[in-house]
Amino acid sequence: MSTDPAPRLTRTDIARRAALDLPDGGTVNLGIGIPALCSELLPDGVELRYQAENGILGFSEMHTKLDGDPNIMDAGGAFPKLVPGMAFFDSVESFGLIRGGHIDVTVLGGLQVSGKGDLANWMIPKRGIGSIGGGMDLAANAKRVIVAMEHTTRDNKPKIVNECTFPLTAPECVDEIITDVAVIKVESGRLVLVEAAPGWSPEDVQALTEPELSVSDAFTEIRSA
Amino acid sequence: MPVNKVVDTFAAAVADIPDGASVMIGGFGGAGGQPTRLMLALRDQGAKNLTIIGNVAGISVTTHYGWREGPDDPEPVDQGMFFASGQAKRIICSFPVPGTTNPLSEIEKAFREGRAEVDLVPQGTLIERIRAAGAGIPAFYTPTGVGTPVAEGKETRDFNGRTHLLEHALPADFALIRAQKADLHGNLQYVGTSRAFNPAMATAAQVTIAEVDEIVEPGGIDAERVGTLGAYVNRIVQREPGDPYP
Repeated sequence: MSTDPAPRLTRTDIARRAALDLPDGGTVNLGIGIPALCSELLPDGVELRYQAENGILGFSEMHTKLDGDPNIMDAGGAFPKLVPGMAFFDSVESFGLIRGGHIDVTVLGGLQVSGKGDLANWMIPKRGIGSIGGGMDLAANAKRVIVAMEHTTRDNKPKIVNECTFPLTAPECVDEIITDVAVIKVESGRLVLVEAAPGWSPEDVQALTEPELSVSDAFTEIRSA
Repeated sequence: MPVNKVVDTFAAAVADIPDGASVMIGGFGGAGGQPTRLMLALRDQGAKNLTIIGNVAGISVTTHYGWREGPDDPEPVDQGMFFASGQAKRIICSFPVPGTTNPLSEIEKAFREGRAEVDLVPQGTLIERIRAAGAGIPAFYTPTGVGTPVAEGKETRDFNGRTHLLEHALPADFALIRAQKADLHGNLQYVGTSRAFNPAMATAAQVTIAEVDEIVEPGGIDAERVGTLGAYVNRIVQREPGDPYP
């Protein structure tokens, strides 16, 4: 990464930025990985109702894996603490909630996002096998889809690409991409750069991004609060 | 004659599952809601050429997904056991493999060796196909999967300007499910997030077998708290008190 103009954000920083875009009082589903970190990084005063595919709504704090109750789990396999107002339900209802458009925002991980907001996040073709889980239902049906991911692969190749070469999770579903160097909105099938990491210019971000970015009039350094 | 669906042992409860059967395994993935004792009994029984229908199917052994990791907790058990034992040829599920390939899960090992046919279904489509099978709905339309490999070869139709896929009901020969409590009629009560795929699977199989922590007389489950109707449940088996598996 010797060509980077400044350090990239950490995974925690990506999650903290994504957490800023979760609507107070909203019903939110967080995917595994960076998205799951958002729940611990909410701005003061913001309260959300988290939903997980396995049939739980209204969880917040987690036990460790040493002392949780396996009968009170989230979809990442972690064990939430019992809190007032929590609800349990079966998978039919859980996916009615998702497919029916009752999830305000989902934050998902990504392997590739295309210039028009296609998302690929469930399979690397050369592995030959992947896991879809609830990702396709969430990507296709949540009111708003935020992808939180590293901007490039480990060998510094763009993950924001002209066309996804990996199998899609859903076409044209992504509203916003939050990475370790930028915040990019998908508007009418085009990518708009709205924020960049400290020390990163729009040109620096463009150099690691395949599709052409237009720069927002309100372009600013990445917000942390 | 009073109704009594109790079977004394897990081995007896699964004894008639034949070679070639399709078997639903309830829960979500992870320890909660998983019919662990019925699964182990089916493994010991040895039926072959099985089609397993699950959800998050075989990732706990290698990742501890949904299992506690305290010093006194047992090692995880998951649906990969039916591939390790050579009993299953096919699995229909939404999440067969974890993110990591180190170590390889039993399902991925079987897949690489050509021993496992893996039929991947989006989770919401999978549960709705199962629900539909139990509710007399032969097929339905869903927006999920449009424009992805899941859509290949499927009929589509537009509703309200949006394309949907035609998906078909998914029944099974047997369902192995898990609940906290059963009464003698087979009415079941669940706890926490252990519902997941159990209630729908109970409705979708020719024979539904429930593993429970406790069996009570009729009335021992509050009628307001019945999570699965006894009408769907053919056999109930109670665990030994103090079973180390969650």
